[in-house]
Amino acid sequence: MQKAASQKVVNYRKPSVGRTLVQNRTLIFMCLPAILFFLVFSYLPMPGAYIAFTNFQYNKGIFASPFVGLKNFQFLFISGQLGLLLKNTVLYNLAFIIVGNFLQLTFAILLNEVACKGYKKTAQSIMFLPYFISDVLVSLLVYNLINYDYGFISHLVTSLGGTMPKVYQNAGAWPFIIVLVHLWKSTGYGTVVYFAAITGMDSSMMEAAQIDGANAWQRIRYITLPTLKPTVIILFLFAIGGILKGNFGLFYNLVGNNSMLFKTTDIIETYVYRSMMNSFNFSQSSAVGLFQSVVGFFIVLGANAFVKRLDPDYALF
Amino acid sequence: MTVKTQFPEHAMHTTHIRKDKSQIVINIITYVLVTIFCIMCILPFWMIIASSFATEDSIRRSGFTLWPSDFSTFSYELLFRSPDQMIGAYAVTVGLTLVGTVIGLFLVAMTGYALQRKDFPYRNGIMFYIYFTSLFSAGLVPFYLLIVQYLNLRDSYFAILLPLLMSPWLIVLMKNFVKAIPHEITESGKIDGAGDFKIFVALILPNLKPALATIGLFLALSYWNEWYYSSLFLTTKVEYRPLQYHLYNVINKVASLKNSVAGSNVVITDLPGETLKMATAVIATGPIILLYPFVQKYFVAGLTVGAVKG
Repeated sequence: MQKAASQKVVNYRKPSVGRTLVQNRTLIFMCLPAILFFLVFSYLPMPGAYIAFTNFQYNKGIFASPFVGLKNFQFLFISGQLGLLLKNTVLYNLAFIIVGNFLQLTFAILLNEVACKGYKKTAQSIMFLPYFISDVLVSLLVYNLINYDYGFISHLVTSLGGTMPKVYQNAGAWPFIIVLVHLWKSTGYGTVVYFAAITGMDSSMMEAAQIDGANAWQRIRYITLPTLKPTVIILFLFAIGGILKGNFGLFYNLVGNNSMLFKTTDIIETYVYRSMMNSFNFSQSSAVGLFQSVVGFFIVLGANAFVKRLDPDYALF
Repeated sequence: MTVKTQFPEHAMHTTHIRKDKSQIVINIITYVLVTIFCIMCILPFWMIIASSFATEDSIRRSGFTLWPSDFSTFSYELLFRSPDQMIGAYAVTVGLTLVGTVIGLFLVAMTGYALQRKDFPYRNGIMFYIYFTSLFSAGLVPFYLLIVQYLNLRDSYFAILLPLLMSPWLIVLMKNFVKAIPHEITESGKIDGAGDFKIFVALILPNLKPALATIGLFLALSYWNEWYYSSLFLTTKVEYRPLQYHLYNVINKVASLKNSVAGSNVVITDLPGETLKMATAVIATGPIILLYPFVQKYFVAGLTVGAVKG
C-alpha cells in the first residue's frame, strides 16, 4: 500500500527532458523519417531563398554569388512584371473560388434532393473522374476540342456557318478556357466534399420541416443552406489563404511556352518555372517565388485568424 | 439497433409519399443539369479514344469527331512496332508507383499513428514542424538547386521518388483516420508488454485498412500522374521517362515522336502525328480509367474524412 503511494508521487513529479526523450524514443524514431523528409525537402532549401538577393552565378553556387540587395525585386516592380503576375494569379483564383464553390454547392444540394441512390452514386463517380487524370492529358483533351485545324468545336462552328477564332493565338479567349477547364476538373471533387457535409447533417430538422409542409425550395433555403454556411465560409477563407498559389500543372500544360498568350495567362508559378528552366534567370525567378511565399504566408495567417474568430475548432493553429 | 435503423427508413418512406410539386421540379432540374455535366465529363475521353482509331486523313479532312469515319488501328500498330519507349515508360512508372506507394504509405501511417498518441509529449511540436512547411516554403528555385547542385540527383529517378513520398496533408488525413481506432487497443498492447513499434505494426496497421487504401490511392495517383518533377530533373540523357512525361513530350515535341517510332520504316513526313498522340494518350491513361470504377469509393471516403478538418 505504501509502496503504491510512493510510486504515485514519483509519477507526478515532472520528469527531466532526458528521461522524457528516452521514454519516448520509439515514438520519436517512428517520426524520424518524416522529420528528416521535411528537413531535407522543405527546411534545407529555406536559407537558399537568399538567392533572391544575389546576382546568381551557377558555378559559384548560392552563397558565393555577388549580393545585390533588392535589385531583383526593384526590377520586377518597375518593369510591371510582378504587377501583371499578381493580377492574373489573384483574378484566376477568385474566379475559381467563386464560380467553383457556387457550382459545387449547387450540384451537392441538387444531388441530395434526388431519391434514387443509384443515380446519386453514379453521378458522383462520373463527376469525380476528371480529377484523376494528369494535366498532360487535360491539355490534349482541350487541344482536341478547340485547336483551329482539327478541333471538334472548331469544326462544329465552321459547319454551322460561323468562323472559329485561332484560339491558340488569341490571348483574350484564355481566361474563359482556363476557368472552364479548371471547373471541369475540380467540380466533382468539391461536390463530393459538400455532399459529405450535407449527408452528415442532422436529418431530424429536415423531417420536421417536411411534416410541417415546407416545400423543397423552402427546405433548401431555410435548412440546407444555413447548415452548410459554416463549412462554406471556412472552405472559402482557406481558399482565400491560398490566393497567391496557382494550379501550375493546368496552366503550364494548357499554355506552355506560347508567349502570345502570356498577357492573360501568366501566373506566378508559370513565370517562376519558365524563367528558371528556359531563361536560367535564377535570381529573378526566386525573387518572385520569395515574394509569393512571404505575402502568401501573411494572407494565410490572416485567413486563419478570421476562421478562429468564427469557429476555433476549425482553425489550423 | 433495429429501432434506430427503422426510423429513418420510415421517414424516407413519407418523403416518397409527400412528393410535392417543388420536389418534382427540383428532380427534373437535377437530372437535366447533372446528366449534362456528367456527359461533359466523359465526352472528351471518348473523343480521344475515337480519334486514336481514326485515320490521319479523316482528321485532316473533318477534324476530331465522336465516331471515326474510317476505322484504323494504324497508330497502335506503329506504337507496337517499336514499343521500346512505351514499355520503358511503363516500367519506370509502375516501378516508381509501387515502390513510392509502399514506402510512403508505411511512413505516413507510422508518423500519423505516433502523432496521434495522446501520451506522446512531442506530438504538437512535431505536427507544427510538419504543418509549417505547407504554410511557408522557400520556393521552387532553392528546392531545384538543392536537388541538382547539392544532392546531385539530376537524371536520377530518386529525384521523383523522394519528394512525392509524403505531404503534410496526407499525414493530417492519416491522423484523422487513426483517431477512429480506440485508444484501448494501444493500451492493451502496452499491458502485454509490446513496444510502440510492435503495437503499430501488429495492432494498428491491420485496423487501418480503409485508411491505407485511401491514402495509398492518393499516393499511387500522384506517382502515376507524375510529370512535374520529371520535367525539372530528367534531361534528355535519361532513356526512359515516366509515362505522363513521355506523353508530355509526345504532345509537345516532334523530336520525341520521331524517336518513339524510330526504326519502324515509316517516312517521318507520313507520320500520323495526331492519331499517334491520341493512341499514346490512351495507352498512358488506360489503366487509371479502367481501375477507376473499383477505387473511386476509397477516394470519396478519404475526402469525407479530410473534409472534416485538413
